[in-house]
Amino acid sequence: MELKYIGLNEINGPLVALDNVSGIGYDEMAELRLKDGSRRLGRVVEISEGRAVLQVFEGTKGLALNNTVTKFEGKPMELPLSKEMLGRIFSGAGKPIDGLGDIYPEKFKDINGLPLNPVSREYPRNYINTGISSIDALMTLIRGQKLPIFSGSGLSHNKLAVQIVRQAKIADENGQDFAIVFGAMGVKNDVADYFKRSFEETGSLQRVAMFLNMSNDPIIERILTPRCALTCAEYLAFEHNMHILVILTDMTAYAEALREFSSSKGEIPARKGYPGYLYSDLASLYERAGVVRGSTGSVTQIPILTMPNDDITHPVPDLTGYITEGQIVLDRTLDQSGVYPAVSVLPSLSRLMKDGIGEGYTREDHQMCANQLFAAYAKVSDARALASVIGEEELSVTDKAYMKFGALFEKHFIDQGFDVNRSIEQTLDLGWSLLSTLPKSELDRVDDEHIQKFYDPEKARTELGL
Amino acid sequence: MDKIYSINGPIVKVKASRSFSMMEMVYVGKKRLISEVIGVNSDFTTIQVYEGTTGLMPGEPVVGTGAAMSAVLGPGIITNIFDGIERPLRSLAELSGAYIADGAQADPLDKQKKFDCTIKVRVGDTLSAGQIYCTCPETAVIEHRCMLSPLSKGGEVIWTAPDGSYSIDETVVKLKNPNGETEELTLCQRWPIRTPRPSAERLPIDRPLITGQRVIDTIAPIAKGGTAAIPGGFGTGKTMTQHQLAKWCDADIIVYIGCGERGNEMTQVLEEFSELIDPRTGRPLTDRTVLIANTSNMPVAAREASIYTGITLAEYYRDMGYHIAIMADSTSRWAEALRELSGRLEEMPAEEGFPAYLPSRISEFYERAGYVKTLGGSEGSVSIIGAVSPQGSDFSEPVTQNTKRFVRCFWALDKSLAYARHYPAINWNTSYSEYTDDLADYFKKNVAPDFMQVRQEISNILLEENRLMEIVKLMGTDVLPDDQKLLIETARAVRVGFLQQNAYHKDDTYVPLSKQYLMMKITLEFYRLARQALADGAAVDSVLSLGWIEKLIKIKYDIPNDKEEMFDEYSAQLKSDFEKLNGGAAVGA
Repeated sequence: MELKYIGLNEINGPLVALDNVSGIGYDEMAELRLKDGSRRLGRVVEISEGRAVLQVFEGTKGLALNNTVTKFEGKPMELPLSKEMLGRIFSGAGKPIDGLGDIYPEKFKDINGLPLNPVSREYPRNYINTGISSIDALMTLIRGQKLPIFSGSGLSHNKLAVQIVRQAKIADENGQDFAIVFGAMGVKNDVADYFKRSFEETGSLQRVAMFLNMSNDPIIERILTPRCALTCAEYLAFEHNMHILVILTDMTAYAEALREFSSSKGEIPARKGYPGYLYSDLASLYERAGVVRGSTGSVTQIPILTMPNDDITHPVPDLTGYITEGQIVLDRTLDQSGVYPAVSVLPSLSRLMKDGIGEGYTREDHQMCANQLFAAYAKVSDARALASVIGEEELSVTDKAYMKFGALFEKHFIDQGFDVNRSIEQTLDLGWSLLSTLPKSELDRVDDEHIQKFYDPEKARTELGL
Repeated sequence: MDKIYSINGPIVKVKASRSFSMMEMVYVGKKRLISEVIGVNSDFTTIQVYEGTTGLMPGEPVVGTGAAMSAVLGPGIITNIFDGIERPLRSLAELSGAYIADGAQADPLDKQKKFDCTIKVRVGDTLSAGQIYCTCPETAVIEHRCMLSPLSKGGEVIWTAPDGSYSIDETVVKLKNPNGETEELTLCQRWPIRTPRPSAERLPIDRPLITGQRVIDTIAPIAKGGTAAIPGGFGTGKTMTQHQLAKWCDADIIVYIGCGERGNEMTQVLEEFSELIDPRTGRPLTDRTVLIANTSNMPVAAREASIYTGITLAEYYRDMGYHIAIMADSTSRWAEALRELSGRLEEMPAEEGFPAYLPSRISEFYERAGYVKTLGGSEGSVSIIGAVSPQGSDFSEPVTQNTKRFVRCFWALDKSLAYARHYPAINWNTSYSEYTDDLADYFKKNVAPDFMQVRQEISNILLEENRLMEIVKLMGTDVLPDDQKLLIETARAVRVGFLQQNAYHKDDTYVPLSKQYLMMKITLEFYRLARQALADGAAVDSVLSLGWIEKLIKIKYDIPNDKEEMFDEYSAQLKSDFEKLNGGAAVGA
């Protein structure tokens, strides 16, 4: 016998309450049917004897205390899964919206996932060649890593994500087992279109599963979107042994949806009104990247988030940075001076890089070259700060050399362009050429053997066209 | 029977029950989820569940255990990896696969495994709390010593098993206590995780925890039994520093608590530590390591408990007479777990949503560190090194500030150093250690009589540089007089050559105190000779052109740890170079 409940007892924002219910579990899904025949999905977020509070994903607009019939499903939200999801477009709640009908599911899975046992993880070591110098050399992306792009409104993060997808040699030689799962939370229609068009142009649309929650879609659905996308990604990666790249944009919109939902539940806010569990909640998404022992697949995540007011200490980028394994930070000043990709090198970082580069992965001199580039570029900012006070003329010879190095580094190394795809050898050689424009004594992160091998000011001059 | 009344995240309430006591461990629901009672009144009993509550229903049973949340202590702890409530993760992976299912249960310690026991008492002996009655090799480097629980009244030994192989649940000794009751002792005991284990007395702190990291050992040393905090924004290398300490510090046992941090990091520790060989014992580092992994996506209530589980294990080994170092990464995640649970309990928040009892909880935790005389009469210590992840890298936030009040060693990680890839990114100007004076005697006796003086001179150079940098930032180095230019260059040699340390270099990853001392000594020697040369009329450029700054910077790589006699050659070379310089100047004049 199926129990249905007629009417509601309270409506408050996206939440509704039902009294005198029984046999309902925490986190269980429910379907609300309106008088006009439309259906909405809800989830139990609080329950006590006789009273259940539901969160309605499509919003509570049009709901009244007496026009709905609620049916509880007896299980948490599950996503139907199949390999056929590639090439399809879904709503933020996992319903097909491309007019091609329902998928034929091979399996159903709880979208919340379960925590992965740390002993069952495999430490990620295989690097992904993105063809972008700044990323490959200085913040190498590793298969199974979560590496977010910290950006701001109006910066070219979407373009960068597309370039990574297009150029990334993520798959093994045959390239057959590579796919993208794209989750859009609260993005503009234009942005979703841009990604769709770009996937089409690169011929990878058949390998993309898109989950779209637009900025005018209900915010509650936005909370489901990354979970659906990641459930799909985990399924493809660990049950079909594919390499999955998950792009989630925009995490800030997701966090805002969470805040809105939390405040309508009347929870005590922590920083900037975000709920105290924002860290745990974000972690439950980001931690779903990785490589699992016994499977040859992997889930690599590139979440994109826009920093409100370009503030990296805002709770969303801040907590994200504490969970993810590094970050790629974009810089507005670089962007304005026409540099693409406008990667701000110093605050960017890849934590897994050290174990995925060097001999056997990239090249044995990689770590040293990267360390020296970082150290040198850090001195460039010191020199620039000084120059802005006393003028460039007054700088010491070394500082002047750094000023020159900085300009060359930005021009040749960072500013690469959307269509240029560099191999790791090209990238590292370019790095050494740039370092060769500095006096030899300044290379304090490199041992003599490598200075012998790579320090060549003559070659640098011809290569950089000086 | 008691039933669930309401569920909100990890918080479950039972209506009008009188059967539970505070902090009692209970099983909730049909899946028997592990939980703890955190509030009792006549209307409701509030329970926090250490596992996911998805699918739990009102009306499901709640069963008490009659005991507080306890850890099982016995052989088999070392080399193991547990979650926050001492569930062994390897066994869970065998039971439920790659993902941790709700309600998965496994015994904390392997009940099948046999240990080679030596019984240390004879019939007729009197045994009091904390005394050892049986030992067995737990790993190749750690001997496990079974002690009479501190809760026991003690008594006379009336029966002992012969030496031999026993599993942890087998009785090896029987006692008759003063009331005439018989107490059966096995290889394991239980201890409530939130109660500190007692010791005979706290001893004064006088020995350093040697880490082999130069900036720590010389600038801000930590003592055995001491407490330290490593605060730093993301990407400044908290975890990296903790890993380095866990690998190289001279504690007998490391308890590494991954509290709300990344899963891959724990995997890295697991892999790396089983490959790395401990130079002191010649065995893999896992042989002295216990891991507690409650990653950020695992249940938040268990994260709150993981800190206590970790310190209880540490205190247990301390009572055997070992020196333990705890790495807690990160205490901020633990504080956030407190905040999250407090929010669910609808408690009145204090600063930034944290509960008002945050400072007292932090101090309770750090106060469990110490150098003690154990009940059994030996000496042991627990040192705590806690990472702090300040929100927005702002050290004025509540967790950092309250931690600062209760630790005596503060290693502040600096973003600008990390950006320049200066690791460990410990800022020497803002970091401090209150142990320096306590440890002075040790350094004088065991390293060099003038160690403290040398250390102070190096600090002075850095301090002076810091002062001069204010001017340099405004006007550049060119305007400085020669002696200040020399100081700036010498300070650079100290920063890049001494303070910066390469964790991936085979020699530089761990540097013994004696080499640290010699490195400082030769730098000071250079500085003394160079100043003398300046006073004698040499130009600063000609002093610097000797190339000694570069040489000092590379000394860490050029002189291997086991060839300290090379410092004599360097010193002789240094002297002759300066003599030549002076000679040249004399000829020129």
